[in-house]
Amino acid sequence: MLAPGSGAQGDGPALLLRGIRKAYAEVKAVDGLDLEVARGECFGLLGPNGAGKTTTIEICEGLTAPDDGTVEVLGLNWRAGADELRQRIGIQLQETQFPDKLTVEETLRLFRSFFKRGIPVEESVQTAQLEEKRGSRVGGLSGGQKQRLAMATALVGDPELLFLDEPTTGLDPQARRHVWELVDGLKETGRTIILTTHYMEEAERLCDRVAIMDHGRVIALGTPQQLIATLGGEDIVEFAVGASSDSQVRESGPGAPAIPRPENPDLGHPVVDAELLRAISGVQSLHMDEGLHRLSVTELHVAVPRIFAALRGQGLHLSEFRTHSATLEDVFVKLTGRNLRDE
Amino acid sequence: MNKLEMSSLYQLTMVRFKLILREPEAIFWIFIFPILLAVGLGIAFRNRPADVLQVGATTPQLKQALAADKGLTAATMDEAAGTHALATGGILLLAIQRPDGVAYKYDDTNPDARTARLLADRAIQTAAGRRDAVQTDNQLVHEPGARYIDFVVPGLLGMNLMGSAIWGIGFSIVEARQKKLLKRLVASPMRRWQFLAAYLISRLAMLVLEVAVFLGFARLMFGVPFRGSMWQLALLCVLASLAFSALGLLVSSRAKTMEAASGLMNLVMLPMWILSGVFFSASRFPAAIQPVVRALPLTAAIDLLRGNMLQGMNMGQMIAPIAILLAWVAVPFAVSVRIFRWR
Repeated sequence: MLAPGSGAQGDGPALLLRGIRKAYAEVKAVDGLDLEVARGECFGLLGPNGAGKTTTIEICEGLTAPDDGTVEVLGLNWRAGADELRQRIGIQLQETQFPDKLTVEETLRLFRSFFKRGIPVEESVQTAQLEEKRGSRVGGLSGGQKQRLAMATALVGDPELLFLDEPTTGLDPQARRHVWELVDGLKETGRTIILTTHYMEEAERLCDRVAIMDHGRVIALGTPQQLIATLGGEDIVEFAVGASSDSQVRESGPGAPAIPRPENPDLGHPVVDAELLRAISGVQSLHMDEGLHRLSVTELHVAVPRIFAALRGQGLHLSEFRTHSATLEDVFVKLTGRNLRDE
Repeated sequence: MNKLEMSSLYQLTMVRFKLILREPEAIFWIFIFPILLAVGLGIAFRNRPADVLQVGATTPQLKQALAADKGLTAATMDEAAGTHALATGGILLLAIQRPDGVAYKYDDTNPDARTARLLADRAIQTAAGRRDAVQTDNQLVHEPGARYIDFVVPGLLGMNLMGSAIWGIGFSIVEARQKKLLKRLVASPMRRWQFLAAYLISRLAMLVLEVAVFLGFARLMFGVPFRGSMWQLALLCVLASLAFSALGLLVSSRAKTMEAASGLMNLVMLPMWILSGVFFSASRFPAAIQPVVRALPLTAAIDLLRGNMLQGMNMGQMIAPIAILLAWVAVPFAVSVRIFRWR
């Protein structure tokens, strides 16, 4: 594959957003957004549904005009350079349905004809790994194959900058991994890729840098490693506690007597002494959410026995306990107090 | 891909063709349906017995007098049964014997009943001994061009041009909008005028086929005359189809769902099916609404087709309906290009 944009490539950022705002009726979809994406970077816009990711990416793609702010794509703006920009970027939108009765190859030939320069249709078929389906009608493709076709239509113009809006939403895990491999291959050719996703593991797996969005704003920006490092520990410990006496562990079994015990009157969960937990060496932060305690921890093997000891010392019984390596999901929870997929 | 295949206008047009031809229902409505209709009407009107009218009489003497006329078949019935037969369409006229003569009971707004009144009166007067004052002689005309089928074929052609243009263009544009394909296309470097031009080109190419098939059939099966110039007939078909295409474009320029589009199309076409003189002359409508009837594109199109095919008029003699159709090309097209919703 040719290195993209061998001709008119400048040195500035691939994408520059300054003070972008966009409101629909009363809803502020994007509320003062600044972003800069370097050439050759794979950049992820991450956030729950309704965070403003799609509005942001469509503003970058020149499909939506912002109410306020400046957009610069490959050093050009949409007002003056739209024709040139359309030739130099590739776009995959959420939920495009290509005509069911065209074949894969016919669809790609159509899109290829829109671009002055690009890759042969055959090459885009190979890149999207649709060789066996090239003569099949779009209506007969699986969800993953349709999504790869959508990516292939974005690639036929050999774009310098590729926009992928939720490329794996609605796909099963296997089809999702398939798309990831495809994106990996595209990164190697030096293209700039900007993608949106609400899957944290997707952003971690694919992106050089991510911006976590919530309510139309960027609430965190950096490499996945940097963002995870802000948690202070590499591992997350989650646990819930019940009452001390073994016979009273179950809180609401039928006929269970209401026994007075140390209890948070609002949540109905036994209280853990937070200061004792924070004092444990290796515990970096503590967060509580509906009875579930979440600790960010370094040196898991040292910290866990001490947590056990501290809880036993308070006469509390563990009803749930698990650990996992810290992810961007935990970053989101720490920043917003909400889980990503709650909405 | 060769040079032609690289042309986006060519690709867009070919996609239109493929999508039309891969839709079996469309083939039926465009090619088969008008032929079936013509066959049905041709059979209904060709095999009609030479105007023998059913009448009733209250006495056997009257019945005998009426039966003497070849244009009438008579039956004896009492007045009550005769009135019932009149109301249900069993007979057109009831001749009632009165002490002082004969009374005719019939609906004078029905042309056939008026004819029956004339024939019945002549038969009864002749039986009573009336003699003609003037010797008369009949010369009968049965040439093609004056039959109902000759009248209705240009009407069906006009109706077909309207239906295929409005349905063919309207539905596929709204479907593309509903499936977000339009949005995806304008996110690519596609030229928007080419997208619309592809619709017009494919429409005109399909037109050649559908007009040739339908008129060829009418010629072979019924000997429908072509008295005007063939190339002017072709030009008139193109003009009519462009006007209906522009209307189809206008109808589909905003609608977001197929249901909305379907309703709009019926709203536009239903008045024309009724008012524009497909099955009977539009001049039968009252003078007060004639300006409206004349201004409808289908009326103008059918007038032009009948003028060419049946009366052998050239285009110079039909400036008014041509001007009306040209206006129906220009205005809806200009409006829809301005208000067209691409996403």
